[in-house]
Amino acid sequence: MSKQIIVPFGPQHPVLPEPIHLDLVLEDERVVEAIPSIGYVHRGLEKLVEKRDYKDYVFISERICGICSFIHGATYCQAVEQVMGLEIPRRAEFLRAIWSEYSRMHSHLLWLGCFADAMGYENLFMNCWKVREKILDVLERTTGGRVIQGVNRVGGVSRDMDAAEFRRIETEIPGLRADYTELTRIFDEDLTVQTRTKGVGMLSKDMAWELGAVGPVIRGSGHAVDARMTGYGAYDELDFKPVVRTEGDCHARCLVRAGELFTSLDLIENAIDRIPKGDILIPVKGNPSGEYYAQTEQPRGEVIHYVKANGKKNLVRHRVRTPTLANVPPLVHMLAGCELADVPVIVLTIDPCIGCMER
Amino acid sequence: MALTVLKNLVKGPATIRYPYQPAKVTPVTRGHLVVNINNCIFCGLCRAHCPADAIEVSKPDRTWKLHQFQCVICGCCVSYCPKDCLSIEQTYLPPSPAATIVTVTGPDEPEKNEGQEEGINKKL
Repeated sequence: MSKQIIVPFGPQHPVLPEPIHLDLVLEDERVVEAIPSIGYVHRGLEKLVEKRDYKDYVFISERICGICSFIHGATYCQAVEQVMGLEIPRRAEFLRAIWSEYSRMHSHLLWLGCFADAMGYENLFMNCWKVREKILDVLERTTGGRVIQGVNRVGGVSRDMDAAEFRRIETEIPGLRADYTELTRIFDEDLTVQTRTKGVGMLSKDMAWELGAVGPVIRGSGHAVDARMTGYGAYDELDFKPVVRTEGDCHARCLVRAGELFTSLDLIENAIDRIPKGDILIPVKGNPSGEYYAQTEQPRGEVIHYVKANGKKNLVRHRVRTPTLANVPPLVHMLAGCELADVPVIVLTIDPCIGCMER
Repeated sequence: MALTVLKNLVKGPATIRYPYQPAKVTPVTRGHLVVNINNCIFCGLCRAHCPADAIEVSKPDRTWKLHQFQCVICGCCVSYCPKDCLSIEQTYLPPSPAATIVTVTGPDEPEKNEGQEEGINKKL
């Protein structure tokens, strides 16, 4: 038996967009065990809830993550609205769904680009990000912010979209679909991508369930688990079908995300067809009292915002359970037994968002 | 592939040379926060509701101070201002090597309309 050595991976590593540290126990080039450690970007955002008005905290909850910001804000609002027993206008729920899907597409395109970069395929990285720019343009012209939208409010949303804007979005969708088809073709068929991802980082169906994986990680292993199936917000009226692959390797997880780009476009078209007319924001008076557990689907998987209030303007507790934290145990399982050169690819397939995870 | 190469040669780069060329903005873009100090009553609501603690208001000195590097341009203060003197402009601020604080001093006499506006940029 060869001697074991420990190679530190991260927190500063070219493939890692955010800092996570892994101690890789190696035997020759093979990883025997991976020991993760976190705590490099903790900001104490949950504690801040005790010092900010619950309505102003929406802007902070959006800044928990720099990529899936919109959905964090929407989930926090959803939790507070449930505590206060508010029924928000249906139009606001549809608008939230549309922006959530745009946010998901921009996150997935960002990830597909980073993933291509981790494989050493820089050209594909640039192309993914070029397409992502079109999504950011839509977000900017409809909300005012490219990445941090800032339109969520307790009681609805602060911006509306008119019929002309909906028509413009509808005319742009065929172009986006063509772009996605081309990108998906490359991720599906290209030899470079296949060599680096097929059969790498296997996660069996049973292990994915047992380790509590969420999002594209569990859907790439054959389970149809998606919080949007619970029908929160406007999703109960939209025709949603989760994208599921059964292979359980890095390639499957990549194609789940590529497939979700198309699902998001379908959902947006669906929502535009069915959006009702009416108000977008209701006046909110008083302070919340009680607790609630809101669950939504982020690009990386299921996110849970727990809020507890005691009738004062500051909440007592705000707890976020982010998808990356749930995906770390499956990651450690996938890393055991892989080659050192495959580690960056496997780490990226869980789409690690450390800023979210540590808050 | 040949088609893509030809297309890219004709089209030119997909990026712009920011900051030498101005960034794309839309009519609703949140670029930076400005204050119309003549209408300000120094009530301090913007300071109290700022999620980033970026605003300082002093009623005795009649100053309104913004820590521009702390400001996240969320627009929260704009929605709370009772006199509607805060607004968000579309253009982004130019890059700066050091944190900037903008101090705006209001007119001396609140009864008079003809006040003076003074903007001082201090580099820390």
